[in-house]
Formats: sequence, C-alpha cells, structure tokens
Amino acid sequence: MVPKTFTVEEGWEYLKNNGILKLIRILEGRSEPSFTIAESMMLYTTVYNMCNQHPRPDNSEKVYKKYQEVFEEYIIPKVLPSIKEKHGEIMLMELVKRWVNHKIMIRWLSRFFEYLSRSYLVKKLDFSSLEELGVKHFRNLVYLEVGRNAIDVVITLINKEREGQQIDRGLLKNVSDFFIEIGSVCINCYEMDFEALMLQDTSEYYSRKASKWIVEDSCPDYMLKAEECLKRERDRVFHYMHPSTEKKLVEKVQHELLMVKSKQLLEKECSGFCALLREEKVEDLSRMYRLYHEIPQGLENIASIYKEHITGEGTALVKEAEDAATNQDASKVGVQEQVLIRKITKLLDKYVAQVNDLFSNHSLFNKALKEAFEVFCNKTVAGRSSAELLAASCDNILHKGGNESDEDIEETLEKVVKLLAFIYDKDLFAEFYRKKLARRLLFDRGANEDHEKSILSKMKQQCGGLFTSKMEGMVTDIILAREYQTKSVEYLRSNSNANPGIDFSVTVLTSGFWPTYKSFNLSLPTEMAKCVQVFKDFYDTQTKHRRLTWIYSLGTCNINAKFETKTIELIVSTYQAAALVLFNSSDRLSFSEIRTQLNLTDDDLVRLLHSLSCAKYKILKKDPNTKTISPTDNFEFNYKFTDRMRRIKIPVPPVDERKKVIEAVDKDRRYTIDAAIVRIMKSRKVLELQKLVIECVEQLSNMFKPDIKLIKKRIEDLITRDFLERDQDNPSMFKYLA
Amino acid sequence: MRRSASRKTGQPNSTPSLNSSPADLFRSASSKATTKELERIDALYYSYANGSSAMIDPEGIEALCSDMEVDHTDVRILMLAWKMKAEKQGYFSLEEWRRGLKALRADTVNKLKKALPELEKEVKRPTNFVDFYSYAFRYCLTEEKQKSIDIESICELLDLVLGSQFREQVDFFVEYLKTQNDYKVINNDQWMGFYRFCNEISFPDFSNYDPELAWPLILDNFVEWMLAKQS
Repeated sequence: MVPKTFTVEEGWEYLKNNGILKLIRILEGRSEPSFTIAESMMLYTTVYNMCNQHPRPDNSEKVYKKYQEVFEEYIIPKVLPSIKEKHGEIMLMELVKRWVNHKIMIRWLSRFFEYLSRSYLVKKLDFSSLEELGVKHFRNLVYLEVGRNAIDVVITLINKEREGQQIDRGLLKNVSDFFIEIGSVCINCYEMDFEALMLQDTSEYYSRKASKWIVEDSCPDYMLKAEECLKRERDRVFHYMHPSTEKKLVEKVQHELLMVKSKQLLEKECSGFCALLREEKVEDLSRMYRLYHEIPQGLENIASIYKEHITGEGTALVKEAEDAATNQDASKVGVQEQVLIRKITKLLDKYVAQVNDLFSNHSLFNKALKEAFEVFCNKTVAGRSSAELLAASCDNILHKGGNESDEDIEETLEKVVKLLAFIYDKDLFAEFYRKKLARRLLFDRGANEDHEKSILSKMKQQCGGLFTSKMEGMVTDIILAREYQTKSVEYLRSNSNANPGIDFSVTVLTSGFWPTYKSFNLSLPTEMAKCVQVFKDFYDTQTKHRRLTWIYSLGTCNINAKFETKTIELIVSTYQAAALVLFNSSDRLSFSEIRTQLNLTDDDLVRLLHSLSCAKYKILKKDPNTKTISPTDNFEFNYKFTDRMRRIKIPVPPVDERKKVIEAVDKDRRYTIDAAIVRIMKSRKVLELQKLVIECVEQLSNMFKPDIKLIKKRIEDLITRDFLERDQDNPSMFKYLA
Repeated sequence: MRRSASRKTGQPNSTPSLNSSPADLFRSASSKATTKELERIDALYYSYANGSSAMIDPEGIEALCSDMEVDHTDVRILMLAWKMKAEKQGYFSLEEWRRGLKALRADTVNKLKKALPELEKEVKRPTNFVDFYSYAFRYCLTEEKQKSIDIESICELLDLVLGSQFREQVDFFVEYLKTQNDYKVINNDQWMGFYRFCNEISFPDFSNYDPELAWPLILDNFVEWMLAKQS
C-alpha cells in the first residue's frame, strides 16, 4: 500500500523496487511477468504523488532528474560493457539488441513518468521530452563510446559483400536504423558519421578497383563491370541503408569508376569509343550512353570525341573527292563531286540515325554532329566551293532525264537540302542555284514543276521565305509566261496583218527575280525583228507602265538550212541564227563584217563563230581552216555539210560564270553587313565591338558567315560615311550617329 | 627681358619674375597684350598678307618662313598653325594670326622665331600632343566634305608629326602603306588609331596586340604584314 504523503526518497524506493528493477529484469530476459494495468497505474500515481507533496514545493524537478539517473545507472554498469566486450558482427548484434531493449525501456518509463509530461514539461517547453531524454542518454553513453567501432564493422561487412561474400543484411539494416533513430534527436548521426565514413571508404574502394580494371579490361568489359557495380550498390542501399544514401553513393561510384578514368576509358586503343563506333557495337555504345547520361557533364567528353570522329570521316570523303578530281580530266570532275554529295548525305543519314537510336537524340550529340558537318561541308573541292557543289547537285537531280521514281527524287532532294543547313555561304548557294534554275526553266523542256516547287518549299522551311522568294518568283514567271503566250497566239490569230510570217514564242520574265543578264543590241534579221515588234504591240495592249528588255542570249531558234544534199533543221541560239541568216544575202563574210552587222562584242562573236565553224558541226567554212577564230578570218556557208540526222542541235558552250557569281555575292554581302550593322547600332545606340560582331554574325547566320575582318572593314566604311563614330573615351565602343 | 609695361592705367605690373616658369610666362602673356603689341601684330600680318584677299596665302607663308629661316615644310609651321587654330591649310586669317601671335607673345618676326622652341615643347606635352595630332589630320583636309587623306600625303604627315617620337613604327607603317593595295586613303579614325597603337602596343613584337579588339582593320593588316616579315 502506498501512503498518501511520502518523501521523494520513499516514493523513489517504491518506484525502484516495483518498477525499475522489474523492468530491468524483463529486459535482461529473466522470466518475469509483464506489468499489469494495475501495477502501471500504481507507478504512475507514485510519480504523481512524488511531484505533488503538500506543502512542500513542487518536486517535479527532482523527479525529472531521477528519471534520467535511471538510464545512467543501468547503461553504464550493464549495457555498455556488454557491448564493449564483444567484437565484429557479434558486437553489432549486441548493440542492436541493447538498443531494442532501450526503446522498450523508454516506452515503459515514459508511461510511468507520464505525469511529468503533462505538468512539469508543459511549462518547460525547451526541456527535452521523456522520450528524447531516453534517446539522448543512449547516444551519449553508448553511441559516442562504440559508434565508431560499429561503423567500422559495418563498412568491413559491406566490403566483404562487395567482394562476393554473403553477409547478414538484416543485421546491417537494423544497425542502419539504429543510426537513424539515434540521430533523430540530436545531430544527424546517420549522415554525418556513418554515411560520411561509408562514402569515403566507398570512394577508396572503387578508386582501387578502377585503377586495376582500367589496365586489365577492355572498354566494353569495364563498362559492364561498372554497370554491375552500380546495380549492386543500389541494391545494397535498398536492403540496408536509408534511401537518401542512394544518390550520394551512386555519385561516388560513378565518379571513381567513370569520371576519373573517363579519358583512359574512352581513348582505349582497340576498344575505346572510336573503335566501338567503327565496329558499330550498338549494345556497348548504348551502355556507354546510359552510364554517362546520369552524370552531370558526363557526356561532354564523349560528345567531343564523337564530333572529332565524324569530322574525320567527312574530311576523308572530301579528300577522296579532291584526289579523284585532280587525277581526272575536267569532264569527270563533275561526276566526282556529285558522288561526294551523295556520300555526304549518306553519312548524314547514318549519324542522324545513330544519334537518335544510340544517344536518345541528346542535344549534345546533335550539336556535335552539326559542328562536325559544318567543318567539312565548307571545304572546297577542286577549287569549287561547297555552295556551288550543292547547287550543282540539285541541278543534276532536277534535270530532265533520269530513271528514278518521283519518290526517290523527292527523297534525294530532301537529303540534299538538309546539307544546306551546314553550309555557311548560303547566299552563294542561292546565287548558283538561281543561275542553274534559270537554265532549267528556260532550256529544259519539261522540267518537272512539282519537283522544283517541292525543293523550294524544303529550302524555305530551312532558311526562311526571304531566301527562296526570288526563286519562287522565277517559277511563277514561267507559269504566267505560258498564259501570255496563249494570249499572244490569240492576238495574232485575230490580227492577221500583224502576223510576222514565222512562228515565235516569247517568255516574259520579271527582272527582279531572275539573275542579271547582259542585253545587247543585237541586230536581228528582219523576220525576227518583226516578231519582236508584234509582241511588243500585243504586250502594250495587256499592260501599261511596264518596259520590255529583250535578252536574245537566252533564246533558241529552229532554222532550216538547205544544204546541197539535204535540208537539215538546226536548233541554234538566237545569236547563231542571226549570224547564219546573214549568209542568205552574202556568200562570204569577214569577221569584222559579221561583227558590224550583228553588233556584238568580240568575245561573244568569237564564241559564236567557233560553235558554227570549228566545233562538231561545221555549218560554216572558215578561211583559214584553223582551230581558233581570229579577227582576220573569213566565213562562207558550208553547202557540202551533211549529217545522217534530219535535225541537229548546235550548242554554244556556256561562259564560266563562277567568278561573276562570287563577285556579285561579295558585293551583296557588303550591303547586307552594312545594313545589319546600322540596324543593330540604331537600336543599341552604343555597343562594344565584340558584342556588335556577335550580333551581326547571328543576324546574318541564315545567309552567310561574315568574318570579323569583313565586319571591321564595313565599320570603317560606315565611320567614313558618318553612320558611326568611335567613342572618344572608350576606343572599343562605337556610337550610332543619328 | 621686357620692361614693365604699366601704360594701361588700373592694370597691375605684369613683369614676370626671373623665377617664373615658361607656363607662367605664357599664361600671363596671353591675358595681356598691349595696344602697341596688337598694332605691331596686325602690321606684321598685313606685311605678309595678300592684298586682294587680305589673308596670308601660301606665298605669304613662304615669305614668313624664309624670314624666320625655317623651311615651310617644317613641323614647327604646322605647330604654329595649331597654335593659331588655323582652319585652312596654307592660309592664315587675321583672327588666327592675332590669336597665335598673342599667345606666343610675339609681335615681330624675330620674337616669333624665338618662340618656336617653346612652342615645340608645349606641343610635345602629352595632353597637347593628342590635340595637335588630331589637328594635323583635319588641317590637311583641303576640300569641303573631304573625309580622308591619300596615302602619299599621310605618309609625309606621319613622318612629320610622329617621326621624332616613334621613328621605327612610322617607318614600317609608311612602308606598309606604300606596298599594300587595300587602302587608297586614310580616314580620321585610322589616323587616331595609329597614335593609340604607337602608345599602347609593344614594338616590334606586338605581343599585346589583339586583332579581335576594336583596332582599325588597317592596323590588323599592318601587324599581320609585320609578323609575316619577321618570321
């Protein structure tokens, strides 16, 4: 029986004998029945009474202290030694057992002393709760003493498992939980002590392994091992560590195995990244991507090697073509170049697919691909720029006469246009393309309009509407020209006196869209001159405010030549026809006479006469009969000429316009850069040179890549023209002059 | 040494002491010139001026130069023009003449001649030299709306103006200008750029020259040419 009033000491005796010692006996595993409800209640009441002694002041503080002493008196003599006397795994097991016991102890004691929680501790908010105190004592008295040892044992066991031995995972889980629980009321023991040491040890472990494996294993094998290690470590965490450890542990392993040795691994002689690419080892490459993908900046090295690899392959192709071109004659050079373009498109397909399949279309690899292609797609081959080659390639595909199906052509066009993205001199390409487009539209009868439109829309998608606007205009012109032609035929039919007596057709072009052509005042034969006049009259009825300029150099003429043995139809240019018709009224004409009558330049006349007298078909006889034209030559109609065909085409070899095209583009570029600089400076008012250059290059990236020298030159010019001035105080800044 | 000039009432004694620096001399000189001096300055002007235009023209300048025993292509004449802030090459107006001679405290040819060494020193002071260098370019723009100067003249001007200070740089740059084909004329930005170049860039290694910076392109090309020559 409990007296109502008693001293703290008396109360404590009761508590000790009936509560604490009994509890300890239970914990020590001696056969002892558990506490009944009545017993618990008594103990609770005892505590209550101890605290509320009349008229003594509140003894709660004393009781609170006593509570703590319970732990100390049990742990120090009993618990701690029992752990310390053991070693290794056994020690861990003892530790876990003692901790479990301790938790039970806390639970029961908190129940007995609950009154403190309800009264005393309510007022003392910054005092630890009973539960917290219990844990703290275990930490201070046990953990601080044996914790380090425990951690060391755990690490040893982990390493044992890494080497392939079986360990007691359950035990480790319990130890891990112990660290977590112990750390919950004070410093984070799990993270700061256990985890930190474990991670450090892990780094050392894998560093050793990495150094060994990198020497012994091939790249694929090493990667397999790395993958396996990562898998196992994750598994390890899952089974006996806190989930938050996974990320940190994986990072350490990745760092030691993959990043530290990354250079050696990727550059391994026969099995490294390049070798894997060459041999197209899909699985290994995928693994490499998977492994490095998770690591921040892990892919950068790989991407840069990838870029080098692609650049190497592309450059080799270019060199191949260059070598082939120098070894062959001029006529075959064109074929070599087309072969090159096809090979490059194939290369592009291959690597685009690879980036997609193996590297998940990752932006780093796309960038590497783009930069690699930019390197070799801008090299010249046999003196011709890549812009020109690409335009020639398109021309080739679009020329009439090919056995490929429409779908094939579409596909090829699609691929070729993709290459355009890598070419810096897009404006040069546009210019060459326009020139060739003109020839196709004007001379290729039956050029496929659908294909022409299709390639233009693909280019538009890539480079914008401004890029293709002129070309689209050209295609539209041809369609409109046909309408005009129909109308003019109607007109002639209705005005019979206007009929010039020969069939003719006129193609009206909008000058702004087409390349510039020189127009000469060719003196036409009367019949042709009448045609021109008739059309002019018709055109005037159709529209006012428009002026026609005649480009005879682009015209063709079908002319019947009555030779001695037979009449042959000749398909010639308008110039050639004009020259031939002269011989209707004269038997023999000198070079200068022809020149005066036709009103042509010497260069053009030489080419013209050469095509008629020194080439494959000698329609005119030349005196003297040499291979070249000289201003002192004389010409006669060659009546004796004959051929088995009834109709022959006499071509005039085209002038090499490359230089002119490049000059025209260069000139345009100067204006374009000027405009860009002025635009930028107008909005920025004041800008540093380097920033100006960057913005300029960006703005013009769709057309071409201006180099800094050219931009500087334009700035110089703009300064002279008072658009800009240099800042007096800061010579690297430029100011816009309104 | 002048006697104290105390003819103007109310004006303090203006004789500079023997210890005063040339700067003080000029400072006090430019703020005070007596009417007699001004008269003499004007008279001197008209002795060289062209009767019809009332300006000193090239002929007059040549006469002045010979009187001073200085060649008319001498840089000191350019310095004189700078001091006068003369606008038109080969001509001095009355206002300009007055301005210059007043500042130099010269009212006779002899005094003017004697003032030249001091003038040289004054021009060579860094703060003044930039101004003088810039002036030299403007002075050679003879046509209205002219912005640039032909290579030949620039070479002469460089030699005249910078030759003493940066002999080597000028010699090499002049050689470059004469051999290259990209530029037929030089504009003010390039002119000023060259002076900055001489001051900032180590010669002849150009180790601190960076063509990516905002130097005028002609200097980029010059450095390239020099480095090619040296290798």
